[in-house]
Amino acid sequence: MILGLEFPPISHLVEWPTLFGGDVFGVNKVVLLMWLSVAIVFGLFYAGTRQPKLVPTGVQNVAESAVEFVDEQIVLQTTGPDGRGYMPFLLTLFTFIFVCNIWELIPLVQMPVTARMALPMFMAIVVWFVYIITGIRHQGFFGYFKNAAIPPGVPKAILPLVAFIELLGILITRPFALAVRLFANLLAGHLLLVTFAVITQALFTTTIIGAALPLALLIFLMGFELLVAFLQAYIFTILAAVYIDSSLHPEH
Amino acid sequence: MLHVLAQQDPGELEAGLTAVGRGIVYGGAAIGPGIGIGLVVGNAITAMARQPEAAGMVRTTMFLGIAFTEALALFGFVLAFIISG
Repeated sequence: MILGLEFPPISHLVEWPTLFGGDVFGVNKVVLLMWLSVAIVFGLFYAGTRQPKLVPTGVQNVAESAVEFVDEQIVLQTTGPDGRGYMPFLLTLFTFIFVCNIWELIPLVQMPVTARMALPMFMAIVVWFVYIITGIRHQGFFGYFKNAAIPPGVPKAILPLVAFIELLGILITRPFALAVRLFANLLAGHLLLVTFAVITQALFTTTIIGAALPLALLIFLMGFELLVAFLQAYIFTILAAVYIDSSLHPEH
Repeated sequence: MLHVLAQQDPGELEAGLTAVGRGIVYGGAAIGPGIGIGLVVGNAITAMARQPEAAGMVRTTMFLGIAFTEALALFGFVLAFIISG
């Protein structure tokens, strides 16, 4: 009970009943939305590039602007032209995360897929494999871990501590922080929207004028969450690109 | 005062302390990142105002800085949910 209104417990806001399937492979609303996101991303790029025209129209416009954004704002800003081989991977990450996030705002759906830990964790693990394997391929196994663990210009006395922290960062902190950042941002946004929706609904039944303020805030927050949905997709992708860059170009 | 506390149901007290703990954890975790993000964005704005032609590069780096700083606050946010009575 907050302010005399019945606030649903957190587990009611993010856990959905299993629709079909067994224990581990049970399919609920979130999984269905994830499949739908996969289909949307695939459909966007399939329809956008099937018959490319010189002057883009419709779907091709959307697909091309997504490609251009990831190329200019993410790949060239972090890895430079060397990293263009990772462009398809980063583009897929960006569009998929953005579509998954945007479900937060679609009426009648209103559940961001990335507000469950499973998907961000899985994507972070994929990114982890990509940058570790890239580093090993470009610098060799020992070379990669030596370059990563021993930054240039560190005094000998504190080198063991620095090496330990750097290795811990590469192996554990990086993927963990990557996953938690996306997950917690979207969960927080979802809870914020739910809170204001609950307050609006509770006030609406008693005083319509009193409900106007939380409703206005709710609409403002939805605009804010649109920004967050985009920004988190961007940040996840750009951090993946930064990690790949640190594997491609070691510090000297 | 004491006999009021003694009549308290222990489960209720624990639930109350849990709620207080959650508040302290999230509040404490938000202080540092709050200052940090302020520093990052403030300096980025100064840089952009001084050199508008470098605004694109500064913006990218600013978002990176925000992302690293903000992660600490989000750990606190998640930890607040993990704490249970």
